[in-house]
Amino acid sequence: MAVCVAVIAKENYPLYIRSVPSQSELKFHYTVHTSLDVVEEKISTAGKAMAEQRELYLGLLYPTEDYKVYGYVTNSKVKFVIVVDSSNTSLRDNEIRSMFRKLHNSFTDVMCNPFYNPGDPIQSRAFDSMVSAMMVQSS
Amino acid sequence: PSVFIADMADEALFQFLHNEVIQYVNSAESGETENGRCVSKLENMGFRVGQGLIERFTKDTARFKDELDIMKFICKDFWTCVFKKQIDNLRTNHQGIYVLQDNKFRLLTQLSTGKQYLEHAPKYLAFTCGLVRGGLSNLGVKSIVTAEVSVMPACKFQVMIQKM
Repeated sequence: MAVCVAVIAKENYPLYIRSVPSQSELKFHYTVHTSLDVVEEKISTAGKAMAEQRELYLGLLYPTEDYKVYGYVTNSKVKFVIVVDSSNTSLRDNEIRSMFRKLHNSFTDVMCNPFYNPGDPIQSRAFDSMVSAMMVQSS
Repeated sequence: PSVFIADMADEALFQFLHNEVIQYVNSAESGETENGRCVSKLENMGFRVGQGLIERFTKDTARFKDELDIMKFICKDFWTCVFKKQIDNLRTNHQGIYVLQDNKFRLLTQLSTGKQYLEHAPKYLAFTCGLVRGGLSNLGVKSIVTAEVSVMPACKFQVMIQKM
């Protein structure tokens, strides 16, 4: 379960960012922003590494005191960032991978929607509900 | 046998729709500049479709190594997904210019097998040029795509990569 989910365009501006309302939104925006540097680093070094590094899933980008940040880059250079609570140790790698897979599938659907203009903020309700399902439910 | 028919019906549907789109756009334009505007409208349509298609087609592929890798993908996987065949020949000067040759371009086979209707060919290639440009654009490659035909149904698509 994520505390923050973000979709960043290839030009590095956010297309979609959602965080749990209990925390300061600005803090999450900042966390996502700083994770972009790590993403850039990972995809530029991957060019020199072996074929297995050419996966879309980037894994854990960096841990902070309270959170763990995971990244994923599509072939269209769109980045997905998922932030989870550090205390959530039960969350396994393949669960994170499946969250990214869902994000990628929904994002592809958004891209193919004729009412969506690439580069615009994502306003699809279907996308919203997919993200809601993977976020921590706050009471 | 029934699977074969389904495949053919698939392709035929797109071809008929494509031809109707061209007739529609053509009739909507009138005057001296009609051919130019018609071609750009079709190219822009192709662009948006290309963006969406490439997102879908590259969803499960590995990350691309470089520009040549991307062009090879366009020639093999992309062309096969859209036209059920690969590009027959890819040439490059390794300086950002690629020529994709299709000896039997699916959207031209119904027009003629020689020089007849040659003057109408640009309209039938515009959408595909946009398709390639849109696909490349979404992969982070800015380009200009043009096409030329000398003998139907063979045609060449020229991709000029724009350095940003």
